[in-house]
Amino acid sequence: MQEIIQYLFSGITTGAIYAVIAVGLSMLYSSTELINFAHGEFVMIGAMSMVTFWVHMALPLPVAIGCTLALGCALGLLFERFAIRTARNPQPIVLVIITVGASIFLRGTGMIVWGKDPFSVPPFSNHESLEIFGAALLPQSIWIVAAALLLAGGIHFFLKRTLTGKAMVASAVNQKAAWLSGIPPERMAVLAFAISTGCGAVAGIFIAPVTMSSYDMGTILGLKGFCAAMIGGLGSLWGAFAGGILLGVLESLGAGLISSGLKDAIAFILLLLILYVRPGGLFSAKEAKRF
Amino acid sequence: MYALADCFRLKRQNGSDMDDNKIKNRIEHAVFICIILVLGLFTQNTYYLQIMTFIGINTLLALGLNMLIGYAGQISLGHAAFYGIGAYTTAILSGTFGISPWLSLLCAIGVAVLIAFVVGLPTLRLSGYYLGMGTLGFGMIVNILFREWSSVTGGSSGFVGIPVLEAGKVSFMSGQNYFFLVWGVVLGAILMCRRILASRMGRALRSIHDGEKASLAVGVNTHYLKLQIFMFSASLGAVAGFLYAHFVLFISPESFGFMVSVKMVTMVVIGGMASVWGALLGASLLTLLPEVLHGFAEYEMIVFGLILMVVMIFMPQGLTRGFLDMYEKARKKRQ
Amino acid sequence: MISPEPGHNNKPILAVSSLTKMFGGVKAQDNISFSIQPGIVCGLIGPNGAGKTTLFNLITGIYSPDEGQVVFNGKDTRKMTVDQRVRAGIARTFQHVELFGSMTLLENVLVGMHVRTRSGFWGAVTRLPWVIREEKEAVEKAEALLEFTGLMDYAHHPAGDLPVGRQKTAEIARALASDPLLLLLDEPAAGLNAVETEALGKLIEQVKKRGVTMMLVEHDMSLAMGICDKMIVLDQGSKLAEGTPREIQNNEAVMAAYLGQG
Repeated sequence: MQEIIQYLFSGITTGAIYAVIAVGLSMLYSSTELINFAHGEFVMIGAMSMVTFWVHMALPLPVAIGCTLALGCALGLLFERFAIRTARNPQPIVLVIITVGASIFLRGTGMIVWGKDPFSVPPFSNHESLEIFGAALLPQSIWIVAAALLLAGGIHFFLKRTLTGKAMVASAVNQKAAWLSGIPPERMAVLAFAISTGCGAVAGIFIAPVTMSSYDMGTILGLKGFCAAMIGGLGSLWGAFAGGILLGVLESLGAGLISSGLKDAIAFILLLLILYVRPGGLFSAKEAKRF
Repeated sequence: MYALADCFRLKRQNGSDMDDNKIKNRIEHAVFICIILVLGLFTQNTYYLQIMTFIGINTLLALGLNMLIGYAGQISLGHAAFYGIGAYTTAILSGTFGISPWLSLLCAIGVAVLIAFVVGLPTLRLSGYYLGMGTLGFGMIVNILFREWSSVTGGSSGFVGIPVLEAGKVSFMSGQNYFFLVWGVVLGAILMCRRILASRMGRALRSIHDGEKASLAVGVNTHYLKLQIFMFSASLGAVAGFLYAHFVLFISPESFGFMVSVKMVTMVVIGGMASVWGALLGASLLTLLPEVLHGFAEYEMIVFGLILMVVMIFMPQGLTRGFLDMYEKARKKRQ
Repeated sequence: MISPEPGHNNKPILAVSSLTKMFGGVKAQDNISFSIQPGIVCGLIGPNGAGKTTLFNLITGIYSPDEGQVVFNGKDTRKMTVDQRVRAGIARTFQHVELFGSMTLLENVLVGMHVRTRSGFWGAVTRLPWVIREEKEAVEKAEALLEFTGLMDYAHHPAGDLPVGRQKTAEIARALASDPLLLLLDEPAAGLNAVETEALGKLIEQVKKRGVTMMLVEHDMSLAMGICDKMIVLDQGSKLAEGTPREIQNNEAVMAAYLGQG
């Protein structure tokens, strides 16, 4: 019992990180219909920037986080402007390969900038761990979950309540109609990219104190993020969030109770099951396009 | 009689168009064979022979995937799984159990086709990103299996002890013999692909790419056809895996991971989809590029990523089409 | 080759009974029944959104009905897939041209013959004599069809490069390639000019002479009135009227629906 609660705690923590990655992906998909295979690299950049700004340059924590976020968003802007918008034939498969190229490019850059060695980042707060039903809960976990919720809530508020957010949704639903009513689609796409890669950087900030960070950590995290987004239903914000938490918990339980070697397989088995049984995702009413 | 055909006068065709095509194909194949012979007979440098053998193996992979992506219009982001299944099946059967490699080749193809059938049945009902994610998930699971089932596969440290291929008195230990073996298989695969494409099956396949709705409406069982071509491309992948395993004699899970799947798709797209020679071009470029980029040492990944992006941004039709277009433009300007 | 069951010549080729199809609460087809005798041309008319294309999709098996059944040539089609229906003799064209654009016209017609030929993967790879013979016969038959529809000059052009009028005709040629008993034409005259429309009318007459039963959705009333033996009028998913063109012309309910007084 105590073990299971322990697995639950750690599962929810990693789940919250997956959730943030998935929310970024999902938000980009719902506003541009694009899947960014370089998304995981932005998580890597987020984690590695924390190493640089906080550990190496010893900036105050809020400043370091601010710099990391700014970097993530700025790189997203550049990526959209130079790689995505200049594409001459924006078919999905072409865009996918462009983002794959970007991911290799960013990983290579990461290797040059930070080297091949892994780094660790100390926890952001030094409080003692709490004991609940005999299981240890790190304060770190609590505020990762809280911050993830806050972020998802913030994006939800932005899309549903603010004028810019609504314009972005409108542009995604019907670009031409949105353009005719004076919404600039390019600016919306740039904004979506910046927010999405910003989310990636946030996930990187969260993950830095939890595991070792290195230049090649991005790929698998990005793929796990896809799985979470797919499980929840591609394009649905809270679906992606729930999918992330679910994935984290199942992974942690599976690794603890069955075999740690199969931990990585759980995400993909879950993905296949969802695709076969309910391709629209667990939390989506819409039927996936099968044609 | 209601049957229409019986009412029509049959008209003899002069069919000069068809014959022209046939002659063109024959010439292409002859040129291809000559180039292979010249390269194989006159290359002394073992390193070059080795690279060209890898190009051949990658061409097999690209050919199979090209049938699926370029002609049937179905993406697969997990095709390295079949490459790996071919390699591991022959490694285990001939290495661990001492079965003749040639027999294990048949088993490797059989296993790959069977798995393609079981996986393709539900997966190929998906489309677009969903199909991409489904195949990606499958590829990842297979790769994790290679890594974790260490009692059989040797785990992440790899599988050692794959026997050298022999046929009678001919040993395929030498680089030159292996070169001809691989390229002979490639030639066979090219002929097979072309025959399929020119047939009833190939036409139906291309029709799915042009418009699945209409091809369903004229009575093409699109799901079954996609499944068939998925199985065919899986079998080519398995053959490539077999050739790879008995060439390098050591395999490990990294050689069949997600990035390899992506590389395979890239070969198809960069070379130019829906073109047999495009697959050859794409495979050559993506095999040569890392070799050339060794000079860049640490910057290899950056340059590789940049090239991928730039080609896709400016020549989304692939290099074959891209260069042809440039040539056409230049010619028109001159006139 | 297929032909209607002998000795049942008075039996309808197509019998639709109490067909109902819902799309999220909206009744796209509401309890529709009618039957069509072999060899006739039946027009299907009605205002936009009346459910004409939905009806075609139900007959060809793209959608399955919520209630009711479609009996084709004496067989219940409920359990038949789309390609089985084509094999049984139902062919169709589309409202918006759906040719295989990158393939030549000849290849398009050859794909149309898919259900009447049988070589598969092994046939393609081995090229046994029967495969080569089948291919040769298929090409001959396809060329005869292109000759019949007057498209022989374009046989080796990519279908996507042809003008719309030719593409519309090409779709008919492709549909005929499956030796259909029943041909469903979805707005064959849409996008055609007057000359082309007239040629289309003649082509339909000739196809009728071959013994193919046809159903067509058409907005061009002069064309429809001229070539149809029978007409069915749909409005908002239900059948408004059925009869000869003359009867339909004088039907008050039809007039009301078209003039928006219903």
